[in-house]
Amino acid sequence: MHALRALTTAGLALALTSATACSVGGGTTAESTGSGAGRTVVVATHDSWAMSKDVLKQFTAKTGYTVKIEPNGDAGQLTNKLVLTKGSPIADMTYGIDNTFASRAVDEGILADYTPKDLPGSVADYALPDAREAARLTPVDFGDVCVNVDDTWFAKHHLTPPASLDDLTRPAYKDLFVTPGASSSSPGLAFLLATVARYGDAWPSYWTRLMGNGTKITSGWSDAYEVDFTAGGGGGDRPIVLSYASSPPFTIPKGATKPTTSALLDTCFRQVEYAGVLAGAKNPEGARAFIDFMEQKSFQEALPENMYVFPVDRQATLPADWARYAEVAPKPFTVAPAEVAKNRDTWLREWSDVTTR
Amino acid sequence: MSRRAGAGAGVVALAALPLAFLAVFFVLPVAGIVGRGFAPDGHLDVAGVLEVLGRPRVHRVLWFTVWSAALATVVTVLLGVPVAFVLYRLRFPGRGLLRAFVLMPFVMPTVVVGVAFRTLLASSGPLGGLELDGTPAAIIAAMVFFNLAVVVRTVGSLWAGLDRRREEAAAALGASPLQVLRTVTLPALLPGIVSAASVVFLFCATAFGVVLTLGGLRYATVETEIYLLTTQLLDLQGAAALSVLQLVVVSVLLYGAQRTRSTREHALERTGERDATRRPRRRDLPVVALTTLTLGFVAAPLLTLLLRSLRVGDTWGLGHYRDLAGTGGGAGQGTALLVPASTALASSWRVAVDATLLAMLLGVLVSLAVSRRPRARSGRRAVALLDSVFMLPLGVSAVTLGFGFLVTLDRPPLDLRSSAVLVPIAQAMVALPLVVRTLVPVLGSLEPRQRQAAASLGASPLRVALSVDLPVLWRPLLAATGFAFAVSLGEFGATSFLARPENPTLPVLIYQLVSRPGDQNFGMALAASVVLGLVTVAVMAAVERFRLGSVGTF
Repeated sequence: MHALRALTTAGLALALTSATACSVGGGTTAESTGSGAGRTVVVATHDSWAMSKDVLKQFTAKTGYTVKIEPNGDAGQLTNKLVLTKGSPIADMTYGIDNTFASRAVDEGILADYTPKDLPGSVADYALPDAREAARLTPVDFGDVCVNVDDTWFAKHHLTPPASLDDLTRPAYKDLFVTPGASSSSPGLAFLLATVARYGDAWPSYWTRLMGNGTKITSGWSDAYEVDFTAGGGGGDRPIVLSYASSPPFTIPKGATKPTTSALLDTCFRQVEYAGVLAGAKNPEGARAFIDFMEQKSFQEALPENMYVFPVDRQATLPADWARYAEVAPKPFTVAPAEVAKNRDTWLREWSDVTTR
Repeated sequence: MSRRAGAGAGVVALAALPLAFLAVFFVLPVAGIVGRGFAPDGHLDVAGVLEVLGRPRVHRVLWFTVWSAALATVVTVLLGVPVAFVLYRLRFPGRGLLRAFVLMPFVMPTVVVGVAFRTLLASSGPLGGLELDGTPAAIIAAMVFFNLAVVVRTVGSLWAGLDRRREEAAAALGASPLQVLRTVTLPALLPGIVSAASVVFLFCATAFGVVLTLGGLRYATVETEIYLLTTQLLDLQGAAALSVLQLVVVSVLLYGAQRTRSTREHALERTGERDATRRPRRRDLPVVALTTLTLGFVAAPLLTLLLRSLRVGDTWGLGHYRDLAGTGGGAGQGTALLVPASTALASSWRVAVDATLLAMLLGVLVSLAVSRRPRARSGRRAVALLDSVFMLPLGVSAVTLGFGFLVTLDRPPLDLRSSAVLVPIAQAMVALPLVVRTLVPVLGSLEPRQRQAAASLGASPLRVALSVDLPVLWRPLLAATGFAFAVSLGEFGATSFLARPENPTLPVLIYQLVSRPGDQNFGMALAASVVLGLVTVAVMAAVERFRLGSVGTF
């Protein structure tokens, strides 16, 4: 009798969990690629993908293709997944490989040649320097990774904010800077590259000075910004943080018109993101059509508000706040993608040595 | 057919389905990716892999992994056993809710909890004076925080089923409470404690987000190193070497734990009917105090999280919770997400139901097979091996498994890379060892003579299971179901590596939000984490209710 009762109880518990879920197995399998794959463009991209449904609907109305998004981690993970699945690609095209991973992607032969015909003139400024690489990856957007400062904090403490990379090592700014690590975050890697571009082979000694001046390293951007940065909402105690040139507009207080932080435009590294057709894609026509679409006004103008990056088409209209407060670095630091591909691993290992000593 | 062969065949038959699952969704992918590391250009290069193991950095990484996980395990057990006693042997109002609450950290997204921990520990935080930020102590504290539930629930559900009469008899014969604990209670609980400790050790040794967030990159474990090598450096050779090293170390430890369990396991006097709880007495004060402190330790980061989720700009409010119905945003009218958090919660729920059913089906089969005690030595060895094999998925890096899926399950008949069924399957594989570890100590402690007696009186195997096993098993079964469900709701590692088209689970969505700029997105991530925690507590509290409600009717 006890057993029977216990059995009913256990059964009921299971039934409850499954019944309230409407269906077992339902819903989770509903979005399989289906048979209409010929009309679908599968895009392998990073986790930061976001695009308004209206814009994607315009693409479908124009071409008849529907877009299916497959997020695959950050730019590095995305690239490496595509390299590993070369030969049986997981998508038709990729978007989000940036200038720090572009050379690896091209060298590994995961991409097919394609360049859209009607490119806005300004796109050429962002193209990869190597002709073979430029033929396979089309620039879509860019963002500047820059040191940001909390102006309110500096005003309160009657201190002039730093302006350059050199300033960050001055005693006046001791224990004030926090940055995400180069080995675990893509803005962190961009900042390492900025210092490589600025100091050449002497970059390790710059980092030694930086660490000597009390720089704090976190694993990710959100951690640095939301815990340690004074203006990040977590009530941190460091008024200098590594972030983006597009971060200040997010710090405009309610009812105010001016941000409380600003980006130091002489400390920036420019990240350019590209799109390309994958070699062996099931639907290369669809992929090419979507890359064409990404260069058109409607997509380019939707980039800032959806993905917090600047469009490569300089004729595209920016959102009001961006036009006013999200500045573009006039002379960002650059490192040739081939150079990055060749040295990334060595630099990262050396960087780990310097920063964890 | 001889009896012996019959028993062997029974084990094989029970284990066949779980073993097939393990082969396809664990062995194949891991072998696939490790194989690539061993043969980078199609030629086997063992020397290259061995060279990796000689690097001084690898030795440092391995040493840190082992000692930090071992220390965290010891602390978790020392804190968890008293909590299990208070929550499962003492009777007081609100106990069911507290049992559910203990499970909350287990489902919280590590990135968000990491931020909450750091908010507490950073020099500007309330505990800043302790200067723990970025130290191994912070990592170990977080490991204890996340894994306390494993000890409390595994040991607790075993404790709840112990017959109190033995302890009472010992006390009546003049044993002091401490002597009773040492000579009667602890030996009876030992299989459960060792089980839980081995799971906790595995979770700690393969912890990833916690080490990354709280270690401030200064401390690397085998797991974070595999992640770095695979996803950033594409050094598959190095990753393969570390994966194999991890597998070997984990296998040795599992085998050791299994031996400890099997030599100590013995039949227990159990109670299926009597309520084993009692009112707290004065001499329970120290253990109640310790439990209160431990629960306070668990509550602190959760409270930080809750407070920050209610902070909208410079004021307090529910704004972030209201935003969960939308898709987030930023400076303009843009969207941060593909789907609203409410939709993600619904998919999480569906996936969790499927994963729980699968984990329970496989888990019960494995537990029945593993708890057999064949007479032949070879048979016992086979069972011991089987026991350890199903724990292995916990000891392997999610990155290795995830990339393995990508490179092996890519062509028919197993073209599953973009299939949505992989998510519940992966979560079930993660929950499976927990289900097994909750059920096996109980099954193993069943008096086999009862079964034999029932069988010799003519009861069919089903009848034996219903009248002998089930009365004892139903509590742990419910506990395991709830546990599996909670694990699945909060699972991130494996899930994040599998293709997840436009229906992310809630933890995946929280990670997407955390990496976007803007107060609104971060606030939403916090709010979504709180919702995830509350849903778990509600589910677990319902399970607890069920148990308490039916106890009274016996």
